[in-house]
Amino acid sequence: MLKVLKSGFFTSIQDRGRFGYRGMGVPVSGVMDDDALRKANLLLDNALDAAVLEITMTGPKLEFDLETYICLSGADLSPTLNNKPLEYCSVIKVSKGDILSYGKLKQGFRSYLAVKGGFQTDKVLDSRSQYFPVTTKPCLSDKDEIAYTETSAFAPTISEIKTKRNFNPNTLEVLKGPEFSILSKNQLDTLFKKGFTISKENNRMAYQLKELIEKHGYSMLTSGTLPGTVQLTPAGRLIILMKDGQTTGGYPRVLQLSEASISILAQKKYGDTISFKLL
Amino acid sequence: MNSYPISIKPFGQSAVLVEWPNKVDESILQDILDFTDSFKSLEIPDWEISAAYSSLTMVNNKEQIDFKSIKKLIEDCYAEKTRSKVLRKKCLWKIPVCYDEDFGIDVQEVSKRLDLSIENLIKMHTSYEYVVYGIGFLPGFMYLGGLPKALEIPRRKEPRLHVVKGSVGLAAKQTGVYPQDSPGGWNIIGRCPIPIFSAKAKKPCFVNVGDKIMFYQITRAEYDLRKIEGEVGIYTPEKITLDA
Repeated sequence: MLKVLKSGFFTSIQDRGRFGYRGMGVPVSGVMDDDALRKANLLLDNALDAAVLEITMTGPKLEFDLETYICLSGADLSPTLNNKPLEYCSVIKVSKGDILSYGKLKQGFRSYLAVKGGFQTDKVLDSRSQYFPVTTKPCLSDKDEIAYTETSAFAPTISEIKTKRNFNPNTLEVLKGPEFSILSKNQLDTLFKKGFTISKENNRMAYQLKELIEKHGYSMLTSGTLPGTVQLTPAGRLIILMKDGQTTGGYPRVLQLSEASISILAQKKYGDTISFKLL
Repeated sequence: MNSYPISIKPFGQSAVLVEWPNKVDESILQDILDFTDSFKSLEIPDWEISAAYSSLTMVNNKEQIDFKSIKKLIEDCYAEKTRSKVLRKKCLWKIPVCYDEDFGIDVQEVSKRLDLSIENLIKMHTSYEYVVYGIGFLPGFMYLGGLPKALEIPRRKEPRLHVVKGSVGLAAKQTGVYPQDSPGGWNIIGRCPIPIFSAKAKKPCFVNVGDKIMFYQITRAEYDLRKIEGEVGIYTPEKITLDA
C-alpha cells in the first residue's frame, strides 16, 4: 500500500480516462496532462493507461510499504525521497518505509507519480480515474491507502529522459470549432492577436479566461462538447473545457484545442497567460 | 423513411460532429438514432457516438482521424441507412415524483406565477410524455422535450448553490430531474426518489436517448419506500416498450 500521510491540495488517481459512457453524460476524466502520463509510464515499461497520481500545486506526503520503482513527471514540485531531492523523468527505486514529499512549486501546475505496474484501485465503469459521484470521492484524503504490487527487481529499457520539459510555451494550437463561423472580424482579431489570462476559475472541469471578447447573441441547441472545447458565453467569456468537463453544452464552440495543447494548458495556473494560434 | 440534409464537420483531431436541421423534432431525433444504429452495425472499433437534439458527436477514443475518409464513411452509411432499417426498442419510463412542499420548494411560487392551482400544475406535469433528446451536463441528466406551454416559466433569477439530488424542476421549455446534488437555477416542484444514474448499477443510466418519460405523483410515504428501494438497488422503474 501507498499510505497517504498528507493528501496535499488536490491529489487524485487518474488513468487515461473513462471511455464509452459519454452517452450517459459521464465525462471522460483521466490525466489532464497526457504527455506527462505517457513519459512516466513509458519509463516504467507500464501499460500506457496504468493509473498514476495527479498532484496539483501543493504535493502530498506519502509512505511506501512495499519495494517498487517510481517515476515522476509533469510540474516541478521539489520532490524529495527521505529528504533527498529527486529527478524528474527518471526511474527511481524505493524501499519499504521510504517517504516521498513535495515542496515548493517551481514550474507547471500538475505533477504525476507513476509506480511500476500502476496503482491498483478498483475500477468504476472501466476506469480508475477519480470523478465524483461516479467514484465515491473526487480526490485522495489523509490516511487513504492505495494498492500497488511489489517489484524488487526491474531493468528499465530507458532509465531517464534527459531533455527537460519546457513549461514556458504559452501558445495553444487550436482548430476551428463547430461554431467558428459565428465569430465577427472584431472577435477574431481579439482572439488571435491578444493574450489571455487564466482566471481563478480553473480546475479539472474547465479553465475560464479573464479577458472578455465582444458579446454575441447566438443561440443554439445543446450539442456535444469535448475536452479542449473553447466555449463562448453570450457575455463574451471564453471557457475551455477540460477532462472532467460536461459532455454537452449550449454555448457556441468556437475553437478546439489540439490534443498537445490540452497538456500545455493543464500546466497553467491562475494568472498565467496564453494565446491562441490557428493550426 | 425520412432523409435530411446532413452536415459533417471536423471537431478537433479525433472527433466529428454530424448536424441535422437545427430543430427540436422527434422525427429528426429518430433519424439520428437510426443512423447511429447503422453506424454501430458496421462494428468499427473505438468510436463513441452520442446524440443530443439535432446533432451527433462521434469520438474516436484511440487515435487521431483522417477527416476525409471518415466523412465519406458517414455519408455512405447515411445513404445505406434508408435501405436497412434496424429495429430498435424504445421505452416509456414512468418516473415517480413526490410534489410535497418539503421537496417542491418552489411549487407555491410557480403555481402563483403560472396562474395554475397546485393541483392543476401537478396534473399537467404528469399528463404529458416527454421525449429524451439528450443525456449530458451531468451523469444521467436528461434533456426532455414536450413541455406544455402552460408550464413554461423562466429560470430563477438567482441560481441556488445547492439543489438536492432527485429534484424535479421547470425552466423555460424544459423539465427534468437533477441526477445529483448540484448548483442550479431551475424552479423546483418535486423530488424523484429513484436514482436516474448509479455507477454501481448494471446499466448505470436506465434511460436512453429517444425514450420517453412520464411522471406520476406519489405520496410522501411511497417516496420514503421507493427511496430505500432505490438505495439498495432493488427498485426497477416501470416501463412500457414502444414500437420503434
